[in-house]
Amino acid sequence: MRTAFGIRPTRRRFLAGAGVAAAGLSFLPRAALAGEEPRLNFYNWDTYIGETTLADFKAQSGIEVRMDLYADNDELFARLRAGNPGYDVIVPTNDFVERMIAADMLMPLDHTAIPNMANIEPAFRDVAFDPGRRHSIPYMWGPMGIGYRKSRCDGVPDSWRWLYDSDRYSGRCALLSEAGTVLGAAFKYMGHPLNTIDPKLIEAAERLIVAQKPHLRLFAPDNGQDLLLSGEVDIAMEWNGDILQAMAEDDDISYVVPREGSILWEDALAIPQGAPHPDNAHAFLNFILDAEVGAAIAETIRYATPNAAARALLPESYTGNPGIFPSEETLAACEPALYRGQEAARLYEAAWTRIRAA
Amino acid sequence: MDPDSSGLTAGAGTGRRPERQRGRRRAGLLPGFAALGSGLWFLLFFLAPLAFVWVFSFGRQEGLIDIELAWTLDNYLRALDPLYLDILLRSIWLAGLTAAVSLALGLPVAVGIAFAPARWKPLLLLLVVLPFLTNLLIRTYALIAVLRTKGYVNAVLGWAAEWLGLPFEPLPLLYNDAAVVIGLVYVHMPFMILPLYAALERMDRSLVEAALDLGASRARAFWTVVVPAALPGVFAGTILVFVPALGSYLTSDLLGGADSQMIANVIERQFKRANDWPFGAALSLLLIYAAFGTLALRPALARRWRGPR
Repeated sequence: MRTAFGIRPTRRRFLAGAGVAAAGLSFLPRAALAGEEPRLNFYNWDTYIGETTLADFKAQSGIEVRMDLYADNDELFARLRAGNPGYDVIVPTNDFVERMIAADMLMPLDHTAIPNMANIEPAFRDVAFDPGRRHSIPYMWGPMGIGYRKSRCDGVPDSWRWLYDSDRYSGRCALLSEAGTVLGAAFKYMGHPLNTIDPKLIEAAERLIVAQKPHLRLFAPDNGQDLLLSGEVDIAMEWNGDILQAMAEDDDISYVVPREGSILWEDALAIPQGAPHPDNAHAFLNFILDAEVGAAIAETIRYATPNAAARALLPESYTGNPGIFPSEETLAACEPALYRGQEAARLYEAAWTRIRAA
Repeated sequence: MDPDSSGLTAGAGTGRRPERQRGRRRAGLLPGFAALGSGLWFLLFFLAPLAFVWVFSFGRQEGLIDIELAWTLDNYLRALDPLYLDILLRSIWLAGLTAAVSLALGLPVAVGIAFAPARWKPLLLLLVVLPFLTNLLIRTYALIAVLRTKGYVNAVLGWAAEWLGLPFEPLPLLYNDAAVVIGLVYVHMPFMILPLYAALERMDRSLVEAALDLGASRARAFWTVVVPAALPGVFAGTILVFVPALGSYLTSDLLGGADSQMIANVIERQFKRANDWPFGAALSLLLIYAAFGTLALRPALARRWRGPR
């Protein structure tokens, strides 16, 4: 889901920038870190950090970062559920931040150790899934939407209808294969809130998708961009960053956020309970929120940054890209996925099993 | 290495070579150690983890991370819902089809290797095993490249059609149940070929010669001499293919279409997205019982086939 967009030549400018940042940040209280060995265990998505970010952090703070990778939030949660195996910083998506707070799996943040929180855009400073940002800082965000092959689609397929309620692209379309996402977008199409937990509405969404199933080529395990590139499908539900990557390889591929609205995701940095190096982790979070560092990361991985100071440093080709930063109207119709509770999770999963078996 | 000191050959060695008294005594102890070792292995890496799964299956998910050991049967009642039984039956059908196709393709290969000149055999066996040494995920992705609309199969068919002057529409080979069975057969083929080969290797070749000398056609000799000799390998191979195929989820995830859901996919989701370990544990045990049932079928089948003779 979080594959990199590829490295741009423009990134070179930031190598110099990052050096400046390292110098500028050397006022950080090294004494505060004296109590901990200079190590940090970072558990992150693949290709989801700047090229030199970790090396720059080491140059600036002396802390060696060891990064492990995971493929989805479920893997992260299942790994930490039975106790933290030694990670200091993790990157859960918003609904999992909420879940992990509910399960007391995240350490409350010491905001005084993260002065760069001032760089965060106001809209991201207080969020429903983490009131007052007590447990997480925003890392990257974006809307999920529809990727499509322009030459094989009639106009811009800017509605969920083409994937959920139409035979126009029969045998050439794909939905994702995750219950919350697929049912959530069905709710948006039906005019309900994204996080609906009413069993009757879940059933109605189930009927809608079962009726559409004969026209679906597959429920894609998060590889919609590959399916579009290889011509297996012409229209697919997918996360924006993945499609942006495909667009860079193939001019005929484009991306749209449906007018009914969509799922807004935000990945956040957090410190799990039991982290062996919490002070180093705070220093790392503060480093990531630095303007130059944040800009270098955003330039590399091409997701929307919630860091206003970093955004101000970035070129128009990034800030003006509607695939990265959607328009205001589009955003107004989007909602973040919330943790819907264990009972709702069970209902969703049972509906999903029936959909797949139908 | 002294052949008598290995647990595997100890039994045969002691019988034939009584003059090696010391070796014999040592060999007498080794099977005991071997049994102890495999017993410990079985206990530590099979029974103990399975006991956890078994206990979980009677639990109840409380909140996000706690499992209350309630000794409830609710998970099993849910698992016995026709929805899940249908998915299990579907998985049994796909795994059975996989075993059947593997047998149909594997038997000629095994016969070919068994009757090949001795100096070719190691190479031929290596060719069977070699793909097996490659990571399952990589092999599955390779199969995607072969089967997809713009893949190698369609490219070859397209050239052939062009050469013959026929119209050609690429075949939808990927993302359906057929693709899942192809994937499972591809992955499990060595498990079929190797036991078949082992059974055929033990066969007395002079029986084939006798059948041919006595006027049997080649086909008749194959069916009345070679196939019965291969039967133990057929049973072993079928089980070795069927059981892992029944529990596979990666293949159906990556190659399957909108309908291709196997029971292991449902189980995986209970442990991850649904975060309902007790229910996932109950479903896993259902799958394990189905696999044990298959193992129990083996002696019964073997008796039935050997019966008349």
